[in-house]
Amino acid sequence: MKTWIAFWNILKKDMQNYYLKAPNISWGLIFPLAWTLMFFIRSQQAIEINEILPGVMAMSILFGTTSMLAVTITFERKGRSFDRLLLAPVSLKIMVLAKTSGAILFGIINAFIPVILSSFVIDLSNVNWMIVLIGVLPIAVTSTLLGLLIATSAKEVFEAQTFSNFFRFPMLFLCGLFIPVKDLPVLLQPFSYILPLTYGADVLNGALLNAGLMNIWVDIVALIGFTVLLFIISLNNINKKWIL
Amino acid sequence: MHILEVTNLSKKYNDFAAVKHVDFSVEEGEIFGFLGPNGAGKTTTINMITGLARPTSGFITLAGIDCVKNTKLAQRVMGIVPDESNLYDDMNGFENLCFCASLYGMRKMQREEKARELLLEFGLEKAGNRPFKAFSKGMKRKLTIAAGIIHEPKILFMDEPTTGIDVESAKQIRELITGLKRCGTTVFLTTHYIEDAQRLCDRIAFIVEGQIVKIASVNELLESSQAEYIVHFTFDGSAVAVDDELKKCFPDYDFEEQDGICICRAPQPFPILPLVRFFEEKGLSVYEAKSVHPSLEDVFVKITGIEAKKLVKEKEGGRK
Repeated sequence: MKTWIAFWNILKKDMQNYYLKAPNISWGLIFPLAWTLMFFIRSQQAIEINEILPGVMAMSILFGTTSMLAVTITFERKGRSFDRLLLAPVSLKIMVLAKTSGAILFGIINAFIPVILSSFVIDLSNVNWMIVLIGVLPIAVTSTLLGLLIATSAKEVFEAQTFSNFFRFPMLFLCGLFIPVKDLPVLLQPFSYILPLTYGADVLNGALLNAGLMNIWVDIVALIGFTVLLFIISLNNINKKWIL
Repeated sequence: MHILEVTNLSKKYNDFAAVKHVDFSVEEGEIFGFLGPNGAGKTTTINMITGLARPTSGFITLAGIDCVKNTKLAQRVMGIVPDESNLYDDMNGFENLCFCASLYGMRKMQREEKARELLLEFGLEKAGNRPFKAFSKGMKRKLTIAAGIIHEPKILFMDEPTTGIDVESAKQIRELITGLKRCGTTVFLTTHYIEDAQRLCDRIAFIVEGQIVKIASVNELLESSQAEYIVHFTFDGSAVAVDDELKKCFPDYDFEEQDGICICRAPQPFPILPLVRFFEEKGLSVYEAKSVHPSLEDVFVKITGIEAKKLVKEKEGGRK
């Protein structure tokens, strides 16, 4: 019980201090809005909005979660308030879960902003929202853990931002959201399959466009595998780098 | 009864030994001072005890708990006040205290009641609704101490609690520390202010280059030093020119010149008239001959070979 009191309060503190701050809310709204509008203006027909929706959703999650978690943790590390969490009698796993939960929720909310905007111009009544959620959740989890991995490697906030972009942009182009994996140069295709976003994007493509490349279960197993792997690597990094 | 026992504790960073085979124990209810210059190993030792660093070797037992094996269990009974106030800028005083209490699993009603009580006790009740970033340095430090004790720890680790704050706040913090001792809380205090250590601590450990060079009560330290008799001579000139002759004429005494004052030390009380005559014969008019009782600062200098003024300068320079 004591552990969950700590968990809930760390999550609540992060939501109030970072995710629900006006600049972040506006960023969370403006980013997907800007992308949706950009594609909308470029599109000549409503059907194209439908095609770009999985990509915009995935981008909103990826940019929201990796940035926010990496920046907030680096910020807290620099101000040494993160030491307070390391010195509290809360296990490292629970503390990491609490810190990442805020970013995951932020990512999920970000993902549905383009959906809400799109719903005014395209018909989304045939979409299986349960499968969409199955795709959105692991994308948010793996992107958040990627943010955590970045946070364990960065000392300064600007470093965290730079590292984030180093991962994010190649991921966007290789994950099959905008260029199908099969259309990528043969040499690049293996890289696509080592990115968690490729499997998340495949679930979203399948749910929204009926254009998934792989069986949904393959995607889900791959995403669970990435989640476990990134969680273990992040915990090890924290143990090695932050508890000297 | 020992609340904290540290045995053969060492910490190496690659080839650099930050802490070398340190042994000490802290009694329940005492204020234990940890004194040393920058880089002496004070923070590394505290980090190992509190769980922010892993010892290379050695044992730490806190309230019967093995701190190395059961770090999280040991963290339940300790409170930590870091040298920098590290609460959350955007949260107000009350919220900060409640959040810190929640990390120890305190329930909402319990933590809110305790937060209100502490704000009142620390004279921060009016500032409780202000964001932490709007607090003065002294208020920040007081709130950080309140956050460190909200879960009623058995032992409180305080790193430089009076550094960088105004005189009045420092005085209030010293009173708070003695108040904690009265309530039975053990306090482990690191400071570079020797006067603070002398005023507050029951026992003091001097740490230099990763090794503890002396542990004793303040009285014991002062008594050991009082076995020495010191007289300061002030005159119109310098005794350096007559140093060799001085040592030849008075071989049982030790002489040293500091800031234009000639310091004479001897193991027994000694007459000063022959010395005054000697100086006058050498053309030095003696203006003052003052018997000096050694302070803890003198003890520190004698044991560590480090000037106390340098210690303060080093620390404050490091903060700029």
